[in-house]
Amino acid sequence: MSGPIKAKHQRLILVLIALAAMTGAGLLAAWALRNQASYFYLPTQIANDPPEVGRAVRLGGMVEAGSLKKGADGVTLSFIVGDDKSRVPVQFKGIAPDLFKEGSGVVAEGRILPDGTFLADNLLAKHDEKYVPREMKDMTEAQARRKVKETR
Amino acid sequence: MHGFANPARFLRLARLLTAPLLISGLALAAAVLVWGLLGAPAERLQGESVRILFVHVPAAWLAMGGWIAIAVASLTELVWRHPLAGIAARAVALPGAVFAALCLVTGSLWGRPAWGTWWVWDGRLTSMLVLLFLYLAYIALADAATRDGQSRSGIPAIFGLVGAVNIPIIHYSVLWWNSLHQPPSLSAGKSEMAAPFLVGLLSATFAFSVIFGGIVLARMRTILANQQAEARLRRRAMQAADG
Repeated sequence: MSGPIKAKHQRLILVLIALAAMTGAGLLAAWALRNQASYFYLPTQIANDPPEVGRAVRLGGMVEAGSLKKGADGVTLSFIVGDDKSRVPVQFKGIAPDLFKEGSGVVAEGRILPDGTFLADNLLAKHDEKYVPREMKDMTEAQARRKVKETR
Repeated sequence: MHGFANPARFLRLARLLTAPLLISGLALAAAVLVWGLLGAPAERLQGESVRILFVHVPAAWLAMGGWIAIAVASLTELVWRHPLAGIAARAVALPGAVFAALCLVTGSLWGRPAWGTWWVWDGRLTSMLVLLFLYLAYIALADAATRDGQSRSGIPAIFGLVGAVNIPIIHYSVLWWNSLHQPPSLSAGKSEMAAPFLVGLLSATFAFSVIFGGIVLARMRTILANQQAEARLRRRAMQAADG
């Protein structure tokens, strides 16, 4: 290298090194948090590593189509929350949010009972990232997908 | 770029652009929001509450874009010592904070009907709240530096760069971690949004960005005017002491 480094370049190098270090630290922190920062457990996680009975946990997944049943009292719901691999039966007594329905996402707050059922105190609806106008909802899945694709 | 290191030249351009940007941005935003309230279709699951999308998502993007602008300006200030960079970063901080707050408030109003809760501590909501706090901290730091007469202090710029770490965390929070907030509807070349929502969202984002630009120019002019007034006062005080 010819001559001393310009002050401007020295500052640039210092800032870039600091930025790289900060980004690395941020990524490491995010990686370390990958379990702790999740808002809920998936059914597979509950099945593989069941939380102790009675501990407050959240369970999130899809409400299995055809599994939703209303009890005789009219306010007790029972349904199955599943992901690709596992299914967890859930019981809930109360008012479910409007967007809670079969085939849609749900986050249940509650605890595991000794028989493996999840007793929910509260339900939160988790919707997907699709935005489809109401007029398109009666189309079949394939029609709607084509329609959405046309508009891309 | 250093052509604008001369504040007089920058001020001429800024004076020319401020009013047209603010007026056209406000008019366009009003038009898009009226369409969003009356013309946009209801959503298949969410029904009418989907209309808040046209405020919530542009506010979120601009709050994040604002911090990216602060980080770029801070880098320019620290490395190239550009005289307007620090002023630009300071000017962005307030509208950025307002958009972050707007995003959180509209998100909360939307969360109640859509999810069944005003607030949860999931990754996306928490990292967005952290962004609002970062903005408030940046404003406090920059004000303190100006009050102490150290308006060239590098501390706000360093903070602006460090805070940029939060931006990818906000973006990836819904991908890295399970969260109640859904993953992004738009990614490179792919949209899960039907055309009316997408077009409305992009128009609203454009309109809010134009307003954002107008506010930043107006605030930069204010900061420059304050600096000039202060310099003049100081000069006069020194002359009085000499005389």
